[in-house]
Amino acid sequence: MLRASPGGERDHPHFTCRAPPRQRGACLAALRLCEQRVDQLLQHTLNALILGGTYALLGIGLTLIFGIMRVVNFTHGELYAFGAYMMYLWVMLAGMNFYLAMVLAVALGVLLGGAIELVLLRRLKGADIDTTMLVMIGAWIALQNLEQWTWSGVAKSITAPFPATPLVLGPISVSWNRLFVFVVASVLILATHALINHSKLGKAMRATFQDRETAALMGIAIDRIHTATFALGSGLAAAAGALLGPVFVAYPSMGDLASLKAFAIVILGGLGSIPGATAGGFILAFIEELGAGYISSGFRDGMGFLLIIVILIVKPTGLFARRERIG
Amino acid sequence: MTSRTLKLMLMGLALAFAAGGAAAQDTIKIGVTQPLTGAFAASGNYVAQGAKIAEEEINKAGGVLGKKLQLIIEDNKSNPTEAVATAEKLINSDKVPVLMGAWSSTLTLAVMPKLEEYKVPMLVETSSSGKITTSGNPYVFRISPTSEMEAKAFAPLFKTMGIKKADFLATNNDFGLGASKEFSAAARQNGVEVGVMETMDPKATDFSAQLAKIKASGADTLFVTTAVEQITLILKQAKDQQLPQKIITTGGSNSPDQLIAQAGEAANGSYHLVFFTPWFPEAVKNPEIAKTFVTLWNEKKHNVGGLTEGFRGWDGLNVIAEAIKAAGKAEPEAISKALWDVKVKGINGDISFIKQGPAGKESAQNVPSVYLVKIEGGKVTRQ
Repeated sequence: MLRASPGGERDHPHFTCRAPPRQRGACLAALRLCEQRVDQLLQHTLNALILGGTYALLGIGLTLIFGIMRVVNFTHGELYAFGAYMMYLWVMLAGMNFYLAMVLAVALGVLLGGAIELVLLRRLKGADIDTTMLVMIGAWIALQNLEQWTWSGVAKSITAPFPATPLVLGPISVSWNRLFVFVVASVLILATHALINHSKLGKAMRATFQDRETAALMGIAIDRIHTATFALGSGLAAAAGALLGPVFVAYPSMGDLASLKAFAIVILGGLGSIPGATAGGFILAFIEELGAGYISSGFRDGMGFLLIIVILIVKPTGLFARRERIG
Repeated sequence: MTSRTLKLMLMGLALAFAAGGAAAQDTIKIGVTQPLTGAFAASGNYVAQGAKIAEEEINKAGGVLGKKLQLIIEDNKSNPTEAVATAEKLINSDKVPVLMGAWSSTLTLAVMPKLEEYKVPMLVETSSSGKITTSGNPYVFRISPTSEMEAKAFAPLFKTMGIKKADFLATNNDFGLGASKEFSAAARQNGVEVGVMETMDPKATDFSAQLAKIKASGADTLFVTTAVEQITLILKQAKDQQLPQKIITTGGSNSPDQLIAQAGEAANGSYHLVFFTPWFPEAVKNPEIAKTFVTLWNEKKHNVGGLTEGFRGWDGLNVIAEAIKAAGKAEPEAISKALWDVKVKGINGDISFIKQGPAGKESAQNVPSVYLVKIEGGKVTRQ
């Protein structure tokens, strides 16, 4: 019944009903319903793309740290919260320019990450993974309590300098703020990719990832690579927080869900794989968005984890795991 | 250390404890459990601030039974497990004869078995899930309206507001699900078609998926039930996605002033069911009390956005104080008995309790006033 109409009676911008007059009402209703469904799918797709960008950013930071340092970084979510609170501090309290504040927030995230590595992780060099994990859990709880103590438990909202009216693309729309988040996240993902694959530091990082001892024998300063990796990963988490803080709100426990999702993305994509974390971020966003839209919004966060279980049963190393050289 | 000095020190210690005990005798302790941190932190802090103002005023006027009231406020961290722990602490270690709390329905429901276990009454100041007063817990005294009462009060407006088809978006807990159930039932009774019924995690901040689905439902109205933090984000994200529905929030924890401050333009055109209208105190049943409270709140320089939440603390504590006065002693059983007969002029209106729930184990429920306001041009207007 729904056919493109070059001529004919126009009752819809693109389609016309060629049904007998008696069924015309039903045909038009079906046409409208069909259009609504298509619009809904388009809106879900756009939402998922934008959400995926920030998920990927969170995942990449975590996967870098795990891949190169073999550290399960429980403070990742707190660096995310730190980024958001830095935006609140500089934009809302100090009245700084929004974009400048964002650069500063990321830079401070890099410094905080570097400090955590120097103060905690460097001392634990050679300790087993359980000890390191426990110390990182302690650091996570301490950081979160510190945030609560500094900023109180009440959520803080951060004003962004974007027009209040969204960007409208036919039947779907998106806020300028989210679009900005997507663009910056994409740029950061590509930049990290380039850094790892095409710079000297990246080469040293990859060598450390492949075989720590051999890399050290070849003259790579492993300690410095570790500090740089942790600082970079933390900076990416702070960037995600600084980007999303103004879209949502900043509150002390915001890092928990972010951390959980980052872990899920990293496991999904394969530990230590940057393309895997990127793909994992987008996959998780699409599952959540479409699952909530078409199955049940009550299980939105559960849906992603369900799929992860399925993927891990089928491919236990994750989707994109790289093989390590052992021995 | 000689045994003599040890003895002296122990005596000193005992004296210090005795002195502490004696000081405590001069006050009547009242336990408050509120979400001071976590997802509902803003609201919980406002209720606590309102209760503190009432504490100060009551003590200034001579206290109760010649003693001063002393609030002991514990943070339940927006978490049911913590809520139970705070109730245990307040009852067992602080020995409070009466509690007030616990803000959200889920938190209150978690605490309720403890009330029965220790036979200590609790004044419920915010929660709206029907279950709280219908599950047969005789230690529950609720001054806030149930979702059912709220839906009943709203019912005539389905027609006057021209609502033909309504969608529902609620936080996935006892509060949200209860409200969606009651409001959708009221909608059907009034010939309104019910569209999609969506839920969201109480901690969620991104509602894009739910809103995209709601956008395509073809309804003219969206009922939202959650606290102000999520409402703020929903209003903003609904504007981003150009939701055609008019939004009505229920539950009274919607703080229109805070929405105007934080959601800005996105708040315009939205409707909110509230239980106190500080913008026009003359509209409430006891305008003098309402005006006094607003003045005291502003003197403290508390956030004006918190008035619609803070009044609950004031009303709650005044009801408790009145019951202790009537009971003649600060003991749980006597207070429970006295609460049934109190008549208090509150900010929301005249407070007294009716029986709800299974016979013999009834809970106490107040019948409060409900008001609808609209945000227009960055201002709250009367409807």
